[in-house]
Amino acid sequence: MNHIAAIDRTSRPILRERGQREVFCGLTSIVWLHRKMQDAFFLVVGSRTCAHLIQSAAGVMIFAEPRFATAILEERDLAGMLDAQEELDRVVDRLLARRPDIKQLFLVGSCPSEVIKLDLSKAAQRLGAKHAPNVRILNYSGSGIETTFTQGEDACLAALVPEMPRADDDAPANLILVGSLPDIVEDQFLRLFAKLGIDNVGVLPARNAGGLPTIGPNSRYLLAQPFLGETAQALDNRGAQHIDAMFPFGAEGTSDWLTATAKAFGIDEAHVEEVIAAPRERARRAIAHHAKKLSGKRISFLPDSQLEVPLARFLAQEVGMTPIEVGTPYLHQRHLARDLDRLPDDTRISEGQDVDNQLDRVRADRPDLTVCGLGLANPLEAEGLSTKWAIELVFSPIHGFEQAGDLAELFARPLRRRDRLEV
Amino acid sequence: MQLSVWTYEGPPHVGAMRVATAMQGLHYVLHAPQGDTYADLLFTMIERRNARPPVTYTTFEARDLGKDTAELFQKAAREAHERFAPEAMIVGASCTAELIQDDPAGLSTAMGLPCPVIPLELPSYQRKEHWGAAETFYQIVRNLADTSLTRGSHGGPRPRANLIGPCALGFRHRDDVAEITRLLDRIGIDVHLVAPLGARPSDIATIGQADFNVTLYPEIGEEAGRWLERTFDQPRTTIVPIGVGATRDFIAEVAGLAGLDVDKAWEDANSRMPWWSRSVDSTYLTGKRVFIFGDATHAVAAERIAREELGFEVCGLGCYNREFARDVRAAAKLSGVDPLITDDHLAVEDAIAEAQPELVLGTQMERHIAKRLGIPCAVISAPVHVQDFPARYSPQMGFEGANVIFDTWVHPLVMGLEEHLLTMFREDFEFSDAAGPSHHAAHAPKTPDNDHQPAPIELSGWTEEAERELKKIPFFVRGKARRNTEAFAAELGRAQIDLDTLYEAKAHYAR
Repeated sequence: MNHIAAIDRTSRPILRERGQREVFCGLTSIVWLHRKMQDAFFLVVGSRTCAHLIQSAAGVMIFAEPRFATAILEERDLAGMLDAQEELDRVVDRLLARRPDIKQLFLVGSCPSEVIKLDLSKAAQRLGAKHAPNVRILNYSGSGIETTFTQGEDACLAALVPEMPRADDDAPANLILVGSLPDIVEDQFLRLFAKLGIDNVGVLPARNAGGLPTIGPNSRYLLAQPFLGETAQALDNRGAQHIDAMFPFGAEGTSDWLTATAKAFGIDEAHVEEVIAAPRERARRAIAHHAKKLSGKRISFLPDSQLEVPLARFLAQEVGMTPIEVGTPYLHQRHLARDLDRLPDDTRISEGQDVDNQLDRVRADRPDLTVCGLGLANPLEAEGLSTKWAIELVFSPIHGFEQAGDLAELFARPLRRRDRLEV
Repeated sequence: MQLSVWTYEGPPHVGAMRVATAMQGLHYVLHAPQGDTYADLLFTMIERRNARPPVTYTTFEARDLGKDTAELFQKAAREAHERFAPEAMIVGASCTAELIQDDPAGLSTAMGLPCPVIPLELPSYQRKEHWGAAETFYQIVRNLADTSLTRGSHGGPRPRANLIGPCALGFRHRDDVAEITRLLDRIGIDVHLVAPLGARPSDIATIGQADFNVTLYPEIGEEAGRWLERTFDQPRTTIVPIGVGATRDFIAEVAGLAGLDVDKAWEDANSRMPWWSRSVDSTYLTGKRVFIFGDATHAVAAERIAREELGFEVCGLGCYNREFARDVRAAAKLSGVDPLITDDHLAVEDAIAEAQPELVLGTQMERHIAKRLGIPCAVISAPVHVQDFPARYSPQMGFEGANVIFDTWVHPLVMGLEEHLLTMFREDFEFSDAAGPSHHAAHAPKTPDNDHQPAPIELSGWTEEAERELKKIPFFVRGKARRNTEAFAAELGRAQIDLDTLYEAKAHYAR
């Protein structure tokens, strides 16, 4: 049931598809969230499939005891809801006794717990009261019937927003950087903001339970990731103001992101230019190194992480690649407007997925590179199509000036490898 | 609710996927939300398969619930049939779809698709992956086998066997099939059909024509094997040919079933393992304490190999699949250890730490446990990692399998001659602690992990002199020496560990 619909914000047609999707569910975002929030534990309330998913999907078993687990629903839990709530209490008590270092516990809803309407918010309230003030207990849904892959982070951060301390109406303006970034990237950005003259910066999610930024009418927030629609809405509801910018990929994206922020804080343009000129130039040089390999090459994105639009923008604008199709599980028109505007007019944008039809289009287009999920990469390689695993774009440091060259390299490597191999 | 950090087995529909993916010309329509599509990468990434698994997921969403999920299922089934034109289809539900009760079986029957459609009932909240694979294979055989055929009607001049149980994502299944096919050929038996691995639905139809069945992996093949025995009067093997002794027993068993004289095969020229085991360098293997955990088939085989063929001492034995616990209990009795039947990896970790083995033979989980505890480890069973699908030919079964097992288990250990050299040249820079064993660096315990109780000397009560002496003990046993000595001191209530305590503990623990 494909149809092409005209949309309000741009004149660009969007191909909307409804068929088999081939994406991770929101539970998988636990894999990076638990590394980011060092005193948090994620308890999936779900099935054996959920447990199998998070251990398989990212090969996470390298951690002897990771800070996530699954409370596996069994036959007897499905018999009565009262029983399931009691069972959950028992599991949480056991978990917290085992891990006294845990300061935040997320009860994460899954497909089965959503379908049987297990009330996790009630459980979080009840357990939160019981374990306060040692542990903050929150809930959100990472279920595959509600969320895809990175949307799990959105749901998690949205659940944190009500916990942010309220800033007074006359408090000085502060900046909230939203989206979990590798610590090294986060630190780079914090140094840049400081140089720009923005000192009052908080980060969501904070590395520790006590570090949540304050929020009030003088707060402005800046999205580091394009998949944080629900979180943005929650921040809006608490009176914070969104800073509209391109996403910080590559030299131009990062410049726009920083410049828009500086403008929102009334910082002199000349000063901004002085701060960002050198790192921007460094990023351009690093990108140029790989652009030779990538320029003129055709690329397709299968929907996966919602990073597709800003990444395609980076590749088109800064590297000289031609995006043929840019598929995304969900297209947030407002947050992506500035990146979308810079994509070539003839790039096909698709939202949702019918994987077999989409693969037919990839086979017809024969792009030089296809960005896709892990399940599809080897089958496409076997058909002679070079691929880039989308998951690496989620797990690697790719934001900001200092990573711009690495980001380009991630796309150049599969092509370089293909040229090099003689077997 | 069961609290689980890792699981040894996936849900039963993953077992069904393993069967579908192993076969050709079969398609699986799975009523499931989008998150369940992760299972594809088990095959394309971990096993490096070059095609997508033949599975169509309905990927229903919250907004579909309560209105058209049943229609969504029928649409997906219809489109899958049109696109893939399979010889047969299996249909079923994952854990979430089971809860919304759309009845894929009834829905698909009502559709009248022009190929056999086999409905699967896989109760997700009771059962697990291996059971799902066994049940799926059983249903496929039951539905597709042509019961008008009779045993032995294959028309070949030699006796014929079906090889039952090898599957996608199995531990070395593909290589085991090649090895056992060769072995059977040498003793005069042909393979009629391998299933599910590589079989088409049309091949399954002829399954009743073989003379007998070889159940390579009971976890997956036994249910179908029992039905074939009842239906076609086909006898089946009970011995799994992993290890030299088991392979010899297996040959005797199949020879009996086929009515053949197999003297020749007993003098197998490929079997280096018995000599390698007798070679002087292997003396150092004597009494090495080994902890075994895996699926029942591989764990039981490992127990026998460890005890009879390598001269190890089995200090722990267990399996995660309760359905086959009886076999593991029997094997544990032979080694005189308490069997550990559990799917809780934390319990396994505790048991390993407690047993302080010198080698762990386990799954991917035990590999990580062993790494954390600084103990050498070899993988003997699923669940496994991309590393356990090697490019080279690497069976576990038959005489070549025994050779492979010798290498795989022995390499993580410091070798015999090397052990002596390390002791003799301890102060030499190339033989220092940091150098580690000369091979398999990635698998070998690193010094800091091995000596993984770097507690301050004052706190642990070691005198400076004793601590210096401890440093002279080779690094690969130092961790154990430290733990033993501290346990010994604690037992005697000694606050301070001096030279005497160290050597009294050594004498106490001497074997």
